[in-house]
Formats: sequence, C-alpha cells, structure tokens
Amino acid sequence: MDNYNPANLLLLLVILFNFFLLGSSRLGACIRTVAIQGGILSLLPLFLHGFTGHALILAGGAFLLKGLAIPFLLLRAIRQVHIKREMEPLLGYVPTLLLGTLATAGAFIFSDRLPLIEAHRGSLFIPVGLATLATGFLMLITRRKAITQALGYLIFENGVFIFGMLLAEAMPLMVEAGVLLDLLVAVFVMGIVMHQINREFSTMNTGQLSSLRE
Amino acid sequence: MNLLCVAFFLFILGALLALLPGRGGDKTATLLGSGSAILGCLCGLVAAGQSLLGEGAETFFLPWSMPGGAFSLRLDGLSAFFLLPLFIVGLTGALYGAEYMKGGKERLRPGLHWTWYNLLILSMALVVTAANGLLFLFAWECMSLTSFFLVISEYDLAETVEAGWTYLLATHLGAAFLFAFFLSASAFSGSLEFASFQVLGQLSLPVASALFLLLLVGFGSKAGIFPFHVWLPDAHPAAPSHVSALMSGVMVKTAIYGLLRLSGFLPAGPAWWGGLLMAIGIIGALFGIAMAAMQRDVKRSLAYSTVENIGIILLALGFWMQSRANGHHIAAAFALAGGLIHLLNHALFKSLLFMGAGSLMHGSGSRDLNRMGGLMRRMPITGLLIVCGGLAISALPPFNGLIGEWFIYRALLESGTVLSGLAGFFPLVLIGLLALVGGMVIVVMTRIIGIALAGEPRSPEAARAHEAGWPMWSSMAGLALLCLAGGIMPVLLLQVAGRAATLLDPGAATLLADTAFEPWWLGIMAVVLLGCILAAYTLLRWRQGREPVPTSATWGCGFAFPSSRMSYSAESYTELPQSALFCSCLTPSTEDGRTIGFFPEVTRFFFAAPDPVLARLFKPFFRWAADVCSGFRGLQAGQLHVYLLYIFSATILLLFWVGQQ
Repeated sequence: MDNYNPANLLLLLVILFNFFLLGSSRLGACIRTVAIQGGILSLLPLFLHGFTGHALILAGGAFLLKGLAIPFLLLRAIRQVHIKREMEPLLGYVPTLLLGTLATAGAFIFSDRLPLIEAHRGSLFIPVGLATLATGFLMLITRRKAITQALGYLIFENGVFIFGMLLAEAMPLMVEAGVLLDLLVAVFVMGIVMHQINREFSTMNTGQLSSLRE
Repeated sequence: MNLLCVAFFLFILGALLALLPGRGGDKTATLLGSGSAILGCLCGLVAAGQSLLGEGAETFFLPWSMPGGAFSLRLDGLSAFFLLPLFIVGLTGALYGAEYMKGGKERLRPGLHWTWYNLLILSMALVVTAANGLLFLFAWECMSLTSFFLVISEYDLAETVEAGWTYLLATHLGAAFLFAFFLSASAFSGSLEFASFQVLGQLSLPVASALFLLLLVGFGSKAGIFPFHVWLPDAHPAAPSHVSALMSGVMVKTAIYGLLRLSGFLPAGPAWWGGLLMAIGIIGALFGIAMAAMQRDVKRSLAYSTVENIGIILLALGFWMQSRANGHHIAAAFALAGGLIHLLNHALFKSLLFMGAGSLMHGSGSRDLNRMGGLMRRMPITGLLIVCGGLAISALPPFNGLIGEWFIYRALLESGTVLSGLAGFFPLVLIGLLALVGGMVIVVMTRIIGIALAGEPRSPEAARAHEAGWPMWSSMAGLALLCLAGGIMPVLLLQVAGRAATLLDPGAATLLADTAFEPWWLGIMAVVLLGCILAAYTLLRWRQGREPVPTSATWGCGFAFPSSRMSYSAESYTELPQSALFCSCLTPSTEDGRTIGFFPEVTRFFFAAPDPVLARLFKPFFRWAADVCSGFRGLQAGQLHVYLLYIFSATILLLFWVGQQ
C-alpha cells in the first residue's frame, strides 16, 4: 500500500478535477483542466512502475498527447469558432454535479465488491478509473456543444488510462500507443465535424445532427 | 477432391476476372466470367463423377481462423449426387447466359452478373460439401446473398425489387431457424463439426422432433415447400432465365440436401415425421400445380411448377421415412429411389424449361403467354426443345420424368397392396392425388406449348420473333439429351441415386442394387416409342410435302373476320379446372366485363391470380408485426446524447450485474 501513496494523492486530484469539469461552464478552463488532468495521469506510470523504459515511454507519450497536443488543438478550435461557454446544457450543472457525486460513490462501493487480485485490493486506481469513466459519460450525455463532447471523450479516455495503469506491465506498448493514436484521430475528426456543423447549421450544437436520422 | 478445389479456384478466379474489364469491356467480362464458370463446372463434374463411381468419402481441410468453425469439406456419395446437377446446370447456364446477357435488356452489367454467377455456383458447391456447421451456414448465406443480387438484375423495375425483398426476407427468416438448429445441435455435440454430430443420434424423441421441425422450417423456406414458397413465384420470373434455371433446378434442392444430411444425424424418427412431410408434400404439389395453371406469365407458371415438384419430392422422401419407421423396407427403398431420381430429373428438365422460357422471352420480348403464339414456326429448335422438356416434366416417355414418378407410384402401390385396412387406404388415396397432379401438369404444359408455340402470333413482337443464338439452343439441347438419356437408360439414374441412398439408408440401397427392381423395360419402351415418334414425324413430313397445308387464323367462334386475339387465351385454356376443380380459396380475382344490352359499351376483363398464401397469410401477419414494432421507433431518437445515455445505462446495469455475481 505504501508505495501507492504519492499515486493516491494524484488520483484524488483527478477526482477533484472531475468535479470541476462537471460544474464549470467555461470552455477554456475545462480544456486546461483536462490538460492538467492528463498531465497528472502521465506521471502515474512512473510512480507505479518506477523509471523503466516502458513506463517512461508511456508517460512521455501520454504527456505529449494528453497534456499538450490535444488541448492545444482544442484551444485553437474554440478560438476559431469564437465560443467561450457551454450554454444551455441538457441537464443543469448542479444536478450533473450531484449525479457525478453519486457515480463516484457508486464506483467506490462497486470496486470493493469486485473480485480483484490481492495486489490491487484497496487501491484507489479502480474506483477512480470508474468514476472518471462515469464523469466522461455524464459530460457526453448532458452537454450540447461538439467541443464539450470531445472533452467528454478525453475524460473517458483518461478513465480507461487509469484502468490500464494496473495492466501496464501485461499490456504491450503497442496497445497503449494505439489507444493514444485513436484519441488523437478522434479529436481531429471532432474538429472537422465541428467545423462542418458550424458551417452547415451556423451553430455548434450536436442536437442539429438529429435532422440526419433516417 | 483436388479437382473440386481446382473448380472452386476457377470460380473465384472467374468472379474476380469478370470485374476487371469494367465499363465498356462487357464482351471480355462475359468471356472471362462464363468461361471460367464453364471450366470450373467441367472440373467439378469430373470430381463428382469420380466420387460417384468410387467408394467411400474424401475429406479436405484448410486452416480457417474462425472461432468455432473449420474449413473442412467432405465429398461423399450424397454430396456428389447433389454436385452432379449443380455442375450440369451451372455449365449449361453459363453457356446460355453468355448469349442471353448480350440482349442488352438486362440492366446489370455483365461483369457484375458473372461475378455473382460464379460465386453462386461456388457457394452452392460449398453448401453440399461443407462438413462444418459454421462453414455450412457461411456458404448458405453467401448462396442467399449472391442469388438475391442475381434476382434483382433488373433493379429499375419496382416489381423486381419487391420480388428481391420478399426473397431476401424469406430466406433470412429461414436461416434464423437454421441458426437455432446449429446452436442447439452444437450445444449437444460440443462442436460444430458434422463428424461430432453423430452423438445427436442419442437425443430423446421430443428434443429430436423439435430439431427436426427447425430443420423443416429452415430448409423449407429455401426449398419453397408449402406454405413457405411465397418468394419463389416472384423471384424466379424476375431473375435472368439461366439464373432462374440454376435457382429452381439446383438451389432449392440444396435445401433438400440440408434436410437429408442433417436429419440423418438425428435418431431415426417416428412415422409422423414422414407423415408430416407427406402431407406438406401433397398439399404443396396440388397447390403448386393449380396455381401454375392460372399464371399468364410463363416463368411464373414454371416457378409454381417447381413448388409442385418439390412437393412430389417431399412426398416421396416423407413416404420413405414413414415406411422405414414402420418397417416396410421395399416400399421405403422405392420411395427413396423415386424421390432422389425425381430430384435429379427435375433439376434437368426444369432448367431446360426455364431456359426455353427465356428464349421465348428473348424472341418475343415478353413473359406474357398472351403476347406469344406461333413461335414454333419462328423458333423451331427452341420450340422442339420446350416440347421435350414438357414431355419430361409431364412424366411421359421417352424422357426421364417418368422414371422417378414410376418409382414413387411403385412405392405407394407396394404399401397400398401389402398393408390392410386404413393404413393401406392412404397410399392408394395418395396415388389418386398424385395422378391428379400429373394430369394437371399435362394441362399446364399443353397450355404453355399450345398458347406460346402453336397457333398464330398474338402480338407484333411475336410475329417478328427470331431463333435464339447457338449458345442458347445448344445448352438447352444438352439438357434435353440428358433428359432423353435418363429416360432410355433408367439404370443410370438408379445407380446414381443408389450411391446417394447408401449414405441415407444402407438397407434400401442394397435392395435397390438388386436387379429385380430395375425398370429396364421402361428404357426399352422409351426406345420403341422414340422410334414410333420419329417414324410418325417422317411420315407426316412426307405427306405435308406432297400436299401443303393452308394456314389461316385460329377458329374464332364464327366471327366474320377472325384474328389471333379471338383465339383461346392462356386464362381461358384452364377455365374448366378453375371453375370445376379448384377450391374457392384458389379462385383468381377477376373483374368481370359482361356485355349487357343490345348495344353494349366497351367492356374490359381483368384476371389476376395472386398467391393466396402470401396475400391472406403472410402479408397481413407482417403488416401486423410492423404495426406492433413501430412502437419501438421512438427509441431511435436521432440524438447523440440519448444514444450515449443508452450505452451508459447499459454499462451501469452490466456493472451491477457483475457486482451481484
């Protein structure tokens, strides 16, 4: 347990950032928060596995992509389309925060009941991973703007990343690299979609996409 | 087996090569596509022939990274028996189609057409040789899809597309039952390999019966057994003629193959399995031929005749099962031989007739019998070959159709005379019903021949009709010669069927190998009759040459200026059986145009014979199902958030479910 302590601190920070993301309407702040969250997460492999080559590559890759490249792209995108705030979310900020709290509590209760191996029992990785996944989902469900949707996916991926940490030794580097690459491509696609929605419908609301059904 | 693999390779090669020339390279595509289909079929024929002549079975195995599946093939007597008609019809169809597709009437580009055609033959060959459940289903679905694309060749016609959808729906609903069968069968046997299905023989009777019913519905929808035949009368006319030949001659038989092969793994069934097959068979035969008599579309009429023939085959196979279960081995052997021989024969003469109908369409530009007429004089070779096919399908000597039906009648008579009381009465009733079917077949065929070939042209297009090109009539002539050979040498048919029978029922096969049952005298009768026909023909020609016969319009009921429009139409030809014989549910819908008064107005008469099962059973049912299911359309919100909410809720529920465990 002891060697988890600095990591546990980081994970608690991740949860705090989750709550901030659910409660904030300012897009710029949200993007920066996700960037910091990604940066914190990129330190995790070093705390968990020491300064091995594998962990270094993982940390470096995650930091470059999650901490720098993707936030940069997103910030540039909101500058280009001139938006600063998420207006009129489908569900208000306070209810979303409440739901997020419930989900986080649920994640902690649930992870106690999971049949884990002895080494992972009681660690914060699994509940925090689940809570971050739930945060990403809530973000995706409640927000309208394409950019907040992209943020939702990023948070979602952060959750997956926390989960993957436990498996980092077993997981080939290629898999992790593949996930990161997917994410980058997803952000690119989201950028293009955003641009197109903006041009076609003069708005960035994904709700307009429902006119495409059937 | 190696030759069969070469054939498979040639089909794949042909499918790819036909695509290469692209737009503008239609001739090259036809040459490559039909050429490789013909070469592949030749290789396959040799392989099937070797297997039929030899003993035992060959297996073939390829690594295939498919969970639960394996690319294992097995070529034994039963597979070879079904490969034989497949490659014969595939070969003649490819030759026929090479000319037929030139017409420019078909909208599908020849390149794509030949790709589907090659793939259809390949998938059918895989269906009958697959020795693994997953491979079987894979090939089965490929067969359905490729034939669907061939059916909708003329996709710019609304009725063609509708026929295609009906077909796709029917075939997929049937496949669902097959999936259910294979899933439950593999649950019992632990593997999808056919070799491991032997343990199904230990199943209890209720379970085995349930599996048998799954097979019957699943394969029945493909075979076109009553009442799952509804796709057949729409799909066959819509497809190009050589494809109709392949589908009607061979594809529906692959379902019979599946039924025989897979029900062979189940424990020997009780008598009611056979009884059920017999009931479905005789109802289907009567229904099919009654509907065939009312269609003015020549290919639709032939398609209903396929329903009738599948009914006869099913009757024979059902009678085999029932007699075997009751211990009447001689009747069982006769019924099995009859069913198998009729199956082979039907593949030959039905393909011949479909190709003939295609040539008539090609010549006269219409599928409507009432727009043909007088084609015997304009298309003498095609006309003669259609008459040959008509004789064969009516089970008249000297053609092959007689042989199979003779065995079926023998089987029914055998058990009708041996059994006493009510048990012996049923086979005799069936003889009567089968004879009724046979009589109606003659009505249907004389109708097609009489209305389309004889008389005077009923439309300007028919008057300008021309003989089909040599690839078309030569492929038909090949089929007609095979029909004749089967009629003259019944022993050939019996031996081929006997080889397949050894796998299904070894006892029956040993009985059939006994020469006492061989209908050699049927062959001699056929030769004598053929001699008589040729002599009579020569005599007639000689007499005609001496005093030419004057030609005039058909007798027009005493009108002053008779024209060909006043002669018997396709509908009026069968008016008598329609009004006197058919039950009320089959009655066609007519809009009567009676003339009233001394100076009658212009009147019209409409006649349509839609499929009563489709119109009164399936359409209302599916409409009801669509109404019920449309309530679920609300789930399809079109909102990204709602879809994400679905995923989220599903994930949470799954996590809770895992947590509960």
